[in-house]
This record gives sequence, C-alpha cells and structure tokens, in this order.
Amino acid sequence: MPSSAPQPDYPLDAALKKENLSRADYDEICRRLGRAPNRAELGMFGVMWSEHCCYRNSRPLLAGFPTSGPRILVGPGENAGVVDLGEGQRLAFKIESHNHPSAVEPFQGAATGVGGILRDIFTMGARPIALLNALRFGPLDDPRNVGLMEGVVAGIAHYGNCVGVPTVGGEVAFDPSYSGNPLVNAMALGLMETDQIVCSGAEGVGYPVVYVGSTTGRDGMGGASFASAELTEASLDDRPAVQVGDPFLEKGLIEACLEAFQTGDVVAAQDMGAAGLTCSCSEMAAKGGLGIELDLDRVPAREQGMTAYEFLLSESQERMLFVVRPGREDALMARFSRWGLQAAVVGRVLQENVVRVLQHGQVAAEVPASALADDTPINHHELLAEPPAAIQAHWRWSESDLPTAGAAGINGLSWSEVLLALLDDPTIASKRWVYRQYDHQVQANTVVPPGGADAAVVRLRPQQGEGSLSAAKRGVAAVVDCPNRWVALDPERGGMAAVAEAARNLSCVGAEPLAITDNLNFPSPETPTGYWQLAMACRGLSVACTALGTPVTGGNVSLYNETRLPDGAMQPIHPTPVVGMVGLVHDLGRLCGLAWREPGDAIWLLGVPLAEARDPRVSLAATSYLERLHGQVTGRPPLTDLDLETAVQAAVRSAIAGGLLASAHDLSDGGLGVAAAECCIASGLGASLDLPSPADAHRLDRLLFAEGGARILVSVSAAQAGAWQQVLDAAAAALPAQRLGVVSADPTLAIRAGDQELLQVPVSRLVSVFEQAIPRRMASGIPPTA
Amino acid sequence: MTLGIVVFPGSNCDRDVQWAAEGCLGISSRFLWHEDRDLSGLDAVVIPGGFSYGDYLRCGAIARFAPVLQEVVRFAEAGGPVLGICNGFQVLTELGLLPGALTRNEHLHFVCETSELTVQPGSCRWLKGYSNGELLRFPIAHGEGRYQIEADQLPVLEANGQVVLRYRHNPNGSVADVAGICNPAGNVLGLMPHPERACDPATGGIDGQRLLAALLG
Repeated sequence: MPSSAPQPDYPLDAALKKENLSRADYDEICRRLGRAPNRAELGMFGVMWSEHCCYRNSRPLLAGFPTSGPRILVGPGENAGVVDLGEGQRLAFKIESHNHPSAVEPFQGAATGVGGILRDIFTMGARPIALLNALRFGPLDDPRNVGLMEGVVAGIAHYGNCVGVPTVGGEVAFDPSYSGNPLVNAMALGLMETDQIVCSGAEGVGYPVVYVGSTTGRDGMGGASFASAELTEASLDDRPAVQVGDPFLEKGLIEACLEAFQTGDVVAAQDMGAAGLTCSCSEMAAKGGLGIELDLDRVPAREQGMTAYEFLLSESQERMLFVVRPGREDALMARFSRWGLQAAVVGRVLQENVVRVLQHGQVAAEVPASALADDTPINHHELLAEPPAAIQAHWRWSESDLPTAGAAGINGLSWSEVLLALLDDPTIASKRWVYRQYDHQVQANTVVPPGGADAAVVRLRPQQGEGSLSAAKRGVAAVVDCPNRWVALDPERGGMAAVAEAARNLSCVGAEPLAITDNLNFPSPETPTGYWQLAMACRGLSVACTALGTPVTGGNVSLYNETRLPDGAMQPIHPTPVVGMVGLVHDLGRLCGLAWREPGDAIWLLGVPLAEARDPRVSLAATSYLERLHGQVTGRPPLTDLDLETAVQAAVRSAIAGGLLASAHDLSDGGLGVAAAECCIASGLGASLDLPSPADAHRLDRLLFAEGGARILVSVSAAQAGAWQQVLDAAAAALPAQRLGVVSADPTLAIRAGDQELLQVPVSRLVSVFEQAIPRRMASGIPPTA
Repeated sequence: MTLGIVVFPGSNCDRDVQWAAEGCLGISSRFLWHEDRDLSGLDAVVIPGGFSYGDYLRCGAIARFAPVLQEVVRFAEAGGPVLGICNGFQVLTELGLLPGALTRNEHLHFVCETSELTVQPGSCRWLKGYSNGELLRFPIAHGEGRYQIEADQLPVLEANGQVVLRYRHNPNGSVADVAGICNPAGNVLGLMPHPERACDPATGGIDGQRLLAALLG
C-alpha cells in the first residue's frame, strides 16, 4: 500500500534500512512531526526507537517485573537502580551488555562496555566500588573463540584496571550457540557520595546545558542500531560502529563528576551512552517535561567538518551532559579542566518541549522530545499458546533413556573419571585464567576475592570523606548468574533458577539478598520461538523475584543475538537472562567461604535429600553431566521449589550469622560431585562422604551429578555441632538436611553409596584438572591485540 | 611523621596508600597533586600505583615531567625517603632515581594475585623492619612489571646489595626474579608488589605493615 506520508529529500528506502526503521515507523514519525523528518532527524528516531533504547519488543514483558520494595529508592528508568543499605548508605547498581561490539572488536567492545556501565553508576552520584561480568563464548576448540575470549578479557582488564575499580566476580560459560556471538555483560556497583541522588530529568527553564568529558568524533556511529540487528560475516565491516575507550579520561571524569555533584550545582545529569547526544538530550527533556536547545558549534569536536547527523549519533565515549544552576557553570567547568577534561556550555533548557539542534546558525533538527522518547512504538508479537514442538520433544526425554549406571561407572568410565571430565569442562573449571587478569583488590575493600566463595564481598568503607579512614563492619555481596542450558530447554524454569541460584550464592556467604538487575540476552523476538523464550523467561524471573523478595531495579535488553552462518541458516544463542544480584553483609566478621576449614568437620547437605525416592525437583535432565558425558543437551530442567529455596537460604544465612557454619557452597553445574570437589580444591583438604543407598541401584549418576533441589553443602565444626543440631531440630521438615560425612586431613575425595565405593580421587588430581582446563585450551590461541 | 602521597590524574592506589597509612597504621598523610611543588613538612614521599597520565606512551614516561616530581627528585637527592609502588616504581626508573626499566610482562597478560617474596634489606631504610631472607606475601597487580637492565649492570646491582626483593615464583619474566630495588644510599625503594595492600588483616594480610611503618621509629 503506498504511503500517504510526505516524501523526504533523501532516498528514503536506503535511509530507513540504515536506521533499522520500518515504513510504518516512518509514517508514524511523519504523523508526529506533521512533516517529513530531515536526514538528521530520521537518524535521531532510528536510535531512539531501537530496542536498545526503547525496548520496543520487550517493554510489555518487562512491565510484569516486581519493581518496588522497602529498600528500593530508585527502580527502573533511571541510569541505575538504587537500594537503601541502612545506616545512611545507598548502593547504585546496574548491568549492561556490549555483545555486538565485542563480536566484531572484542578488546574495545568489552572495554567500552565496562566504561559505559561505570558512567551509569557515577552519573547518579555514586562512586563505583566493584565490577562484575558475565561472559559467554563458543567452545575453546575453535581458535576464533579463543581469540574472542583473549580479546574480551584483555579489554575488560584494560579498562577496569586502569580506571581503578576492582573486578571482583563474574561467571563464564561456553556453548556452541555463542560461537560468533559472544556475550559480554558488565555489572557495576557504586556507593552514593551525594545526599541527593542525581537524576536525569531537566529542570530550570533557561538553565545552561553543559557538556563535559571527552571530545565528540565519528567513532561509534549508530552503535545502538547496530546493537539491535543480527550479526553476519559482513558485520566485521561495522567496526566503525565500535567505540574506542579511554579509561584514563574516565578516571578523571569520575572524580570531577563526584566533586561537581557535591556542590549541588548540577540539577540533572545524563551520560552519553547509546545514541550519544540524541539520547541524552531527548531523555533529559522528556523526563523533565521541558525542552533542550543544543548548539553543535559549541560541542568540543575531535575532527573537523562533522555533519549534524554525525554529531547527534556519535557514540564517542566518556562524555556527559549536565543541567547546571545559572551562574555556576564557570566554576563547574574549571573543575573539569583541572582533570584535563573538556567542558563547554552547549545549550540551554527550554520551556517548550522540543529538542532543537542548531548548527552554523541554523536549525539542523527540531523534534518534540515526547515524539522521540514517549510512547515509542511497540512491536507486538503473538505468544505461542504452547511450547514449540522442538521444546516439547526435549521434554519427553527421561533418565531411563540413559545406559544403566552402577557402582563401576558408565560407558566404560569410572565415576572418578566422570568427575574429572566434568571438572575439565571449561564452564565448570576454575576461571583463574580470567580473574587473574583483573585487578580485584584496588580500593582496598575486597574481602572475598574471586574464587573464594559463592559471591564476591566488598567492604562498605567509603573511598573518601566521612568513614573512609575507619574499618567498616558491613559489606555488600554481589553475583551474576544464568543457567543458560536450563533456559534454553525451559525458559520459565530457567529464569526462576537464575534468580534462585543468585540468591542462594549470596546466602552462602551470609548476605541478605536485596534486589536484582537483569540483562536479557536473547535471539530475535521476531520468530515465534524467540518471542516465546523471551516471554517465558521474563515470567520465570518475575515469579522468582516476587517469591524471594528481590525486586528488579533495571537492566538491559539485548536482542537479535544470532549469527547468520555462511550457508544462510540462522544460529540463535541460548536465551541468556543474566541476573545480577546484590546483598547486604551485616557483619564482615561472620562471612562464609566455600573451602572446608578443619579436618573432622561434619559435612551436611541441605535441600532436597538424596535418593529416598524420585523427586521431580532434582534431575539429570539438562545437566552438565548429560551434556559432557552423553553429548546431549536435552530434557526438561527441574522446577525450582521457591518455598524450599526461601527456607534453606534463610536457614543458611541465620546459621552463618550465628557463627555455626565453617563453609557453605551451593550445588550447581555438576551437582553434588562437583560441589564436593570444589570445596576440596579450595581448601586442599579431603572429604569422606557416605551417601544413602539409592532406590535405584542402576541410577547412581543421579546421586552424584543430578542438579536442582535448592541444595547447599555446608560443613560444621565439632564445637558448633550441638547448636547446629538445635537449628535442625527446630526447623524440622522445613529444612531437609542429611549428614553425608566429614572433612578429612587425608587429601582425597572419597564417596561411597551404601557399601559400594563410587569414587576416590586425590585432591591434587582434582586441582590440576580444574586449574588447567582453561589455560591448556587458551595456550593454542593468539595473543591479545592490545 | 607525615607521608606525602603523589596524585596524578590516573593514580588509582593513592587512597589505598592513605588507608594503609592512616587507617591501618595511624601515620598521617597528605596528598600531593601532580602540579604541586610544596613538599614542606613531609618526612617521606610515596608514588602510588595507577596509570599516572594514562601510560599510553610508556609507563611513567610522561609522569617524569610533572612539577611535583622535580621536587621529589630534590627531596630524594637530599636523602629523603621515597617509595615507588608499581606505577610509582616505573616512574622512579623513568626519573633516573633507580636504574633499569619495567616492560610488558613476559606472558603479555596483566596479573593480579598474591606473590611470595624474599627480602634482603641490606641498607634499605624502608625494609629495616624485615630480617634477611624473610619470606613475605604481597599482592601484585600489573601488566608491565618485567624488570630489565643492561647485562653488565645487573652484577653491579647485585654487588651493591640493591636487589632487595625477589619473587619466589617469577610472575612476569623479570631478570633475576627482581621484584624491587633500592638506590645505593638506601632511601629510594621501588617495587612492583603492593605493600599497601598487605596492611589490613581484613583484605590481604599484614606483611606490608612493617614497610610503611619503617619510618615511624
């Protein structure tokens, strides 16, 4: 049907294609403007109406998230969420993806991802105190994936180490679906340093608009649109859409911004991330119900002859926009000059609700702010009434499809060999190769470093001002989690499990879970399966966040994570809703790690008990064991019992607070076998476990490697045994617990079931396989690029 | 007793040194902005870790021209105690207060972990609290910590007893396992490991306390 909209003075079809806009979008733009947009204006709509900026596919689904609670000070919609930690302390935190840039330029793509998430934090007036990251790559037997991982890790290290924020935790997993489309999600935490949380809505008609930070260049053109399209071989030609980061500049920007916010002269602030000046101006104007006039001739530029389009869509890094109290702009700009940064008055706040862009004395673009930022289009998708056929086929798999598994092992492998094969799985193995490259100690507050416990813990000692020179008693714990294999096989159950595991990890160090930020990494929502995955995962996240009392304070949506293979077929990633969760440690003197502490300590399993009968909350379906040993990613992952999770986690937190537990570690990939091995590896001590005889003597793999069940492995010293028994007696059936054995001085992991020996492995052997799994695969790779 | 802590725009361990000195050891301190020239009232100066001016050219290569460092050189030449940690060590070699240079780690990766060091204090004033051959555990965090020096100069350093700290397990390819060196006068110490990260039992052990407290008594 021919469009009735006015015709522009540029080739429309090519322009729409470049901006990733549809003809219907164009018609709507013309309707809102009452005329055809000029080319620069069309570019502004292109970025503002991308999924990256306006969630045009996911917004209706995100609306279902629980977002409020007694500790939530700022929920979704601002640069970052903020929670109240009590005692006058407030924590800002958020996660964001940089997947597409990292796929084509891993070093800078990952580095600028770190820079971007840090700006979201300090824009609010919070000093960044910790970074985490969640990474996904294809298998390391492909040199391309080795090169991507080298580059991504080096990029994160480069930016985070230089800017002086410790990278304290994260997770890395591998699956063929991420070959060519790695995931790079960075999360940052910050401690508020200002009394007022700095928000982004403009106020004060006539107030000056001040640009600070780095100069504007042609780098990163159209990155938001690029991030919202699938990847192909030709995407390598999009390398100009990847920005180049300067962590040294960002370090100065952090200091200068926090100094500036202290003065109270900055009434609104917005960082320039995706869509640069366009996004910051229109967001500030739309949120404040006012307008902004921007004079491009006054914007500090790093190259000459840039067009309005280029200025507006540049994603040059390390830039921010402020609205400042009149008369205070000179003092403010002097602060930035002291740190060697640019600062210039580039415009003013208008009464009229427009974004007006001037260049060479003429209006280069003029768009109502609400037309860009409010009521943005929604792509409606039909939700499948029942799971896709391929998923239903997976759900028909049952454990009885596996060969029998007696005491001798399975498929010719002993259980010791099976355990070692799992420890050699890069998804399970030690990530020391990764975190050794990150400065995880700078700022002198890292109490639990990577690898020490189920969650990282950072002491809540401010970096400057009141309290900075006295030891703080409290800390914040943080994790990122996503069981992507489970999500791929059942997005709703996988989404629930992601939240439950994050909360379980925090509970294992003794932290009270507070809230989450989520990063929804998904394939295209335009296929029925793609949208179903997204919708069901969101439902799972919502249900679990509600049950566990951890609201969603914001996050990021990254769609179209798929690669067009040379033969034209589309390879979607595993849907990967990464949950970043923060928790409060009330007493740093009562932390718990995952390592066994003393020989003779009793080892207990909490959660669904082993082997008494078939329990649907525990299964070999969708497990690491099934994938690694049987080459199958199939089955329906078990349903997370949120009531049991709540009870087990609360009991563990309370026992840690009471000083009853010597160690705590949750069961995740690889089940009991891997969890017990990890406690041995971390401590150098052995363990002797006597498991109950299973109901089915031919299904011993279920005993060792099944996943699910809200399970936590804890150890208890002889001195605390009585008090621990009282806790168990008081909780009775609400806290299922089984005593499995003891920590042993003999450095061997020995597991028996009934009177049968299942496995016996020296801890030194566990350590060498666990520690070498990633380094030996990386050794064949290429050196990092910078 | 007051410690001066040099602050470049890209310093990132300046506050950590302050925390170790004031928070953990009760030593007062003062920040020295890179454009300052006033070192009056200071008993010692620390050049902390970080990335001084971004270190895009070569670590410490630009920093050596900072006004504050011209004063630090005078301070050192007059016998004042100067400590360069990590990036500060790189700056001291660029300034010529210590010989040699720090280059990219042999394996090309940044490395952050706890390292074991053997100390041979000799006449180094910063290390007088340690006994000869004592084993220490200090964190390291650097990408360019591989100590290099002309082949004919290394024996001179060794003969002078200037190699005061060595890695037990060389993490970066440094010649002769060098982790830290001192000038012949004993007042200027440069080391890649971070003693300020080993002053707080809550985060990284306390082996570094005696180094920072050396000037107290």
